[in-house]
Order: sequence, then C-alpha cells, then structure tokens
Amino acid sequence: MKGRSVVGGLVLGSAALAGAILFVRTKSAAEGEHVDVYFGDGSMVSLQPGSAAGDRLLPLARRVLAAARG
Amino acid sequence: MVACPRMDAGQALADLTEISAQIETAVLAAHDGSVVASTVADDGKAKAMAEGAVELLSAAGDVRGEGGSEPLVQVEAATRDGSVFVVKDERHLVAAVTKSRPTVGLVFYDLKTCLRILEREEEAKASKATKTATRRRTTKKKETEAAGEGA
Repeated sequence: MKGRSVVGGLVLGSAALAGAILFVRTKSAAEGEHVDVYFGDGSMVSLQPGSAAGDRLLPLARRVLAAARG
Repeated sequence: MVACPRMDAGQALADLTEISAQIETAVLAAHDGSVVASTVADDGKAKAMAEGAVELLSAAGDVRGEGGSEPLVQVEAATRDGSVFVVKDERHLVAAVTKSRPTVGLVFYDLKTCLRILEREEEAKASKATKTATRRRTTKKKETEAAGEGA
C-alpha cells in the first residue's frame, strides 16, 4: 500500500515537473517573438507582439515561414 | 537542391546554404519579388516566399521613425516556429528561413556575403561584356578601314 502511494507520488511529481518545463518553454518561446528592423545608418527598431507594427509584421513573417516549409 | 534560372545566383545561394547550417531555405529575388534563384524545389513555394519577403520588407519600411530617412537594409522576424531573415541591396533581396533561436549575427553575415558575391559576379560579367563589345567595335572598324583602302 505504502509502495503504491510512493510510486503514485513519483508519477504525479514527474508529471507536474514535465508540465512546468513545457509551460516555461512555451512561454519563453512566445516571449521571444519579435521583429527587428535595421536601417542603413546602423539603427535598429525592435517590435514586440502587442504593438501595432509588431502585430502587422509577425503574421507576414509566419506567411513566409509557411511558404518556405509548405 | 538549388533551382537557378541564372547560374551565378544559384551558385551564390548554394554557397550560402553550404556555409550556413542554420539556414533551412533561402530565396534570392529582385525587389519586385521575381525569383532569381532559390533552394526551394517548388517554384510556386519559392515565389510565395519571395513575395512574402517583399511584403515584409515593405511593411517594415513603414516603421521608420519620424524624420528618419535612412533606408531599410535588413529585417529579422522571430516567431515560435522559426525565424525569417531578409537582407537587401540595391538590386536584390535574399530571404532565409531558420529554426528558432538562430545566431542572428551569423545569419545576417552569411546573407550579406551571398549578396556581395552576386554583385561582384555581375560586375565582372558586365565588365567582360563591355570589353568584348569594345573589341568587336575595334575589329569592325579595322575591317571597314581595310575595305576602304582596298577599294
């Protein structure tokens, strides 16, 4: 009985850990989304999702990715 | 696989994908989106990729700050599924797709090198064509002069 609960606890703990890792990885990947625009004088503008320009450019980038990967 | 309507451009792209392991696919196009060469086997996909890159560049050009007159030279768009890079020079643009989290500086360097190689080759070709045309004109002039003296 005690052995069963230990195994159950381990399975539950592993599942929770895996879920946490997946959550953090997905979140950090989503947070990494951006568009960096570079100009001739060396200046750069970084656009994040949520900004008007970022939300306009990211779907275009996704379309290029989709076209490339088919 | 490199589909290349023009050998120089195809070679430049082949060199690019050979030196840069991070680049999955790349397309070289004119500023209007017409494909010059690509590593995508399907012409339709290459065209869609080139047109998408032109659209991305055009939209990115609109974000230039107030009073900014500097031209846009390159764009990196990072998404969850991968990154898109577009670099342009006076005549062409090269767009590439990579997996997530690439080494941005390296990819930009490789794309610029590709455009530089292409530009150098086109200049060499143009210079050779000019020399050949001059030589032809000189030969023709000599022939005309010789014919005139003979008559």
